[in-house]
Amino acid sequence: MTLRRHFLKGVLGLSVAAAMGSAAYAQDVAKIGLILPMTGPFASTGKQIDAAVKLFLAQNGNTFGGKKIEIILKDDTGNADTTRRLAQELVVNDRVAFLAGFGLTPLALAAAQVATQAKVPEIVMAAATATITEASPYIVRTSFTLPQASEPMADWALKNNIKKVFTVVTDYGPGIDAENSFANKFKAGGGTVESVRVPLRNPDFAPFLQRAAEAKPDALFVFVPSGIGAQFMKQFVERGLDKAGVKLIGPGDVVDDDILAGIGDVAIGAITTHHYSAAHDSAANKAFVAAFKAANGGMRPNFMGVGGYDGMRVITEALKKTNGNTDGDALIAAMKGMSFESPRGPIQIDADTRDIVQNIYVRKTEKKDGELYNIEFTIIPMVKDPVKAAKK
Amino acid sequence: MLTILFDGIAYGMVLFVLACGLSVTMGLMNFVNLAHGAFAMLGGYITVILMQRLGVPFLLTLPLAFIGVALVGVVLERVLYRPMYGKNHLDQVMFTIGIVFMAVAGADYLMGSSQQIIKLPAWLQGRFNIGGVGIGKYRLFVLVVCGILAFSLQWGFTKTRFGSRLRASVDDARVARGLGIPVNRLFALTFALGSGLAGLGGALGIELMGLDPSFPLKFMIYFLVVVTVGGTSTITGPFFAAMLLGVADVAGKYFVPEIGAFIIYVLMVILLIVRPDGLFARGRA
Amino acid sequence: MSTLEDRVRASLLASRRWHGAEIAFWLLALAVFWLFPRNLLLLNEIAILALFALSLDLILGFAGIVSLGHAAFLGLGAYAAGLLAKHGIGDPLVGLAFAMIVSGLAGLLASPLIVKGNDLTRLMVTLGVALILHEIANSWGSLTGGADGLQGIAINPVLGLFSFDLFGKTAYLYSLSVLFVLFLVARRMMNSPFGLSLRAIRDNSLRAAASGVPPSQRLALIYTIAASYAGAAGALIAQTSQFVSLDVLDFHRSADVMLVLIIGGPGYLYGGMIGAIVFKFLQDTISAFTPQYWMFWIGLFLVLFVLRGRTLIHGGVKLIMSRLPARVRGKRS
Repeated sequence: MTLRRHFLKGVLGLSVAAAMGSAAYAQDVAKIGLILPMTGPFASTGKQIDAAVKLFLAQNGNTFGGKKIEIILKDDTGNADTTRRLAQELVVNDRVAFLAGFGLTPLALAAAQVATQAKVPEIVMAAATATITEASPYIVRTSFTLPQASEPMADWALKNNIKKVFTVVTDYGPGIDAENSFANKFKAGGGTVESVRVPLRNPDFAPFLQRAAEAKPDALFVFVPSGIGAQFMKQFVERGLDKAGVKLIGPGDVVDDDILAGIGDVAIGAITTHHYSAAHDSAANKAFVAAFKAANGGMRPNFMGVGGYDGMRVITEALKKTNGNTDGDALIAAMKGMSFESPRGPIQIDADTRDIVQNIYVRKTEKKDGELYNIEFTIIPMVKDPVKAAKK
Repeated sequence: MLTILFDGIAYGMVLFVLACGLSVTMGLMNFVNLAHGAFAMLGGYITVILMQRLGVPFLLTLPLAFIGVALVGVVLERVLYRPMYGKNHLDQVMFTIGIVFMAVAGADYLMGSSQQIIKLPAWLQGRFNIGGVGIGKYRLFVLVVCGILAFSLQWGFTKTRFGSRLRASVDDARVARGLGIPVNRLFALTFALGSGLAGLGGALGIELMGLDPSFPLKFMIYFLVVVTVGGTSTITGPFFAAMLLGVADVAGKYFVPEIGAFIIYVLMVILLIVRPDGLFARGRA
Repeated sequence: MSTLEDRVRASLLASRRWHGAEIAFWLLALAVFWLFPRNLLLLNEIAILALFALSLDLILGFAGIVSLGHAAFLGLGAYAAGLLAKHGIGDPLVGLAFAMIVSGLAGLLASPLIVKGNDLTRLMVTLGVALILHEIANSWGSLTGGADGLQGIAINPVLGLFSFDLFGKTAYLYSLSVLFVLFLVARRMMNSPFGLSLRAIRDNSLRAAASGVPPSQRLALIYTIAASYAGAAGALIAQTSQFVSLDVLDFHRSADVMLVLIIGGPGYLYGGMIGAIVFKFLQDTISAFTPQYWMFWIGLFLVLFVLRGRTLIHGGVKLIMSRLPARVRGKRS
């Protein structure tokens, strides 16, 4: 078996090297296969990450550890089968040293097997279901996990006199993750929870919000994929829930920086827990936001953008540490335990789980200088993904 | 409870305005126009652009959305659709799916992929209570506008000369043509009217259904359900079908959210099994 | 001088015989394995899409049943094969057979809805059934993995010898073999009296019924067969990518396959394959150019195609097809 595989590799290696023209060229270049949804309903994720990756290279040059970085951008349209094929082609035909991007959980999972088989690090820059990093020992995440962002919300709600919460989440992996982690923690702290799940392709929130209104909760916990957040917020206010004294809480996806201006004033007062706000008060972030806006016609970076930016940082730092060695195991070893100051604050790659450890901020949506921002007011330092932490 | 009924009716009303044009085109020319949703989307984007970029007040954008889409409808009908009438259903389906794809990608290119958001005038925001029933002002507005439209359509369809010619053509285009009714012109007019109504529905629906480039695909099934269930030979058929769909959809999601997404599909398949010609079809000898 | 009966028989038999072009087609399909070693993954997808389109051709091209929801059977087959492999039975051929049976049964169950009713009802019912299945797969997360997709599929080597590799070598040859075998069966079937009776029903079901062909039974049968073919294509997706996502049930799959068949032309079995090659090639080149807006170009292509191009392309194909057998016939007589 191994013999056959070696033989195959040899044959293939030869033909690939021949196809590239010269082996020396290949040695100086480290290719990154960036797979993102550039079209379809999740295109905004792709645009943010693509912009952030370009910004990173523009700021830091493109040579690290003696290797010139080359980005190969592929559009998977948010379709998992395509992601898998693209990943496979990038590994086999382009001989990429890294796979990166991955806008949604199923997309990240689809490529996991390829990463394992080919021993190529897979840098997840966006997808946020807790289990992703367990799918392959070559997955490293620079975004966040939904339980990581949702659990602190339960603590905050309990401390702030919220006894009864109604949760509305979108009925798919991340939504269920968010609901479970919040509800479990909140119930354990003595609160009561009622839940409803909204189908992914749902045009009208009215019936769900009506249920929420009749339950008369202290707060409404919401997770919907960023993008349809605006619709939700408007109907929340239209139904008069804000005036009835129901607080809107949840992980920060619903008040995504990218669409916050479009949501408008109805977002004011929402309390969310998340790992990044464009209003994060640090020199690193101010520089990042300014450069990002300048390079992208005023588009504000969101948590997807910062995930892509930090992902590039992780990749390039690892290359530096290995002195340009692109062996998958060496790179993963270099990434484990890595820590640095990101625009979002200090972050670390957990040496055990390869998942990200970071501050979670409690924020309130407010108007600042005529623009809406999520203003951070409490920090919960260095939160690990609670799902994986509980397993140990 | 009544609030849910009210929400459902308002939702159904928008569906009716969106879909009634499709039902007439299908009935009149036996033409399967899957691209109907693209016209609706265009209406929505006209409203968005007028409001966001030019600051036109919301109410004024509604007739503009109607007229704009109707004009586009006339042009497209003349240039693209007319050669398709003689072809089989399959060709028509492929052709209109092609148009949908172009519309989706085009809207993405021009307007971006994100959900469009409009700011309603203050007097349409919020809600009030009548005897414990919460009523959203905007939904009431939609209900009134669409109700008036439905009534005038029904009146136009049954009482005017235009309407009787139209009905004659729907029943048998060949005989109607033989009697000297200008079926082609009639159809062009109807097509424009239907597209315009779709555009208006798209504009009204931004608040209720959202608006993004995938709109024509997302709502295609809803339109088709309205038309297949309601039949294609009356105004009342699609109207009641739309009401039924709207109320069933909203109520279903309210009472049994676990299976909320299934309801319209199951409803459609069952109705088609029981009444393959549509729920309100007139018997045709 | 031959009687009319003889001539009819001769022309029916002639269509059974293998043309040179057909043999060349399949040899070429095998040859690309060595010609394009870098594109085996894409080739594998083409082979699977071709099988899926072949399945649609059976009902659309030969029996005249329009469908906007053929992905229902593709998805069912994919999940059937995937689940079987996930729960310990990883042999690909067993999985393939299982998927075909499951999808075939579903086709049989759905056939009463399809057999009666006109084009419009069929479009709606097929669309509705596909959407319902999509929702079920989405909601029943404990079985299907929901939106995250079905994980942890382990497929044994084909025949215990050839394991699936990263380069897609085994995948392509496996898919191509399955496609070829199923094509042979379909070819035999469509040239049999059964196939002829289907075409009679397609052209005029009333007349077919009058001349002793029971339309509903025949339609139900071909629908079941086509469903199991689609199930086989689904199984190939699940096995060669060792992953199943909700996408296999998505509307765009149904629309794409229809497009593929229309491009290639329905009703002569090769349409789906030619269409699959053209479609995937277009998709790959266009999306390499403009990853963002390839949908626009494919839409434009469709519109122009239906308006004008079809006569051009199909005219060409038909010309070649009609020349070839003519020459063969000419030699014999």
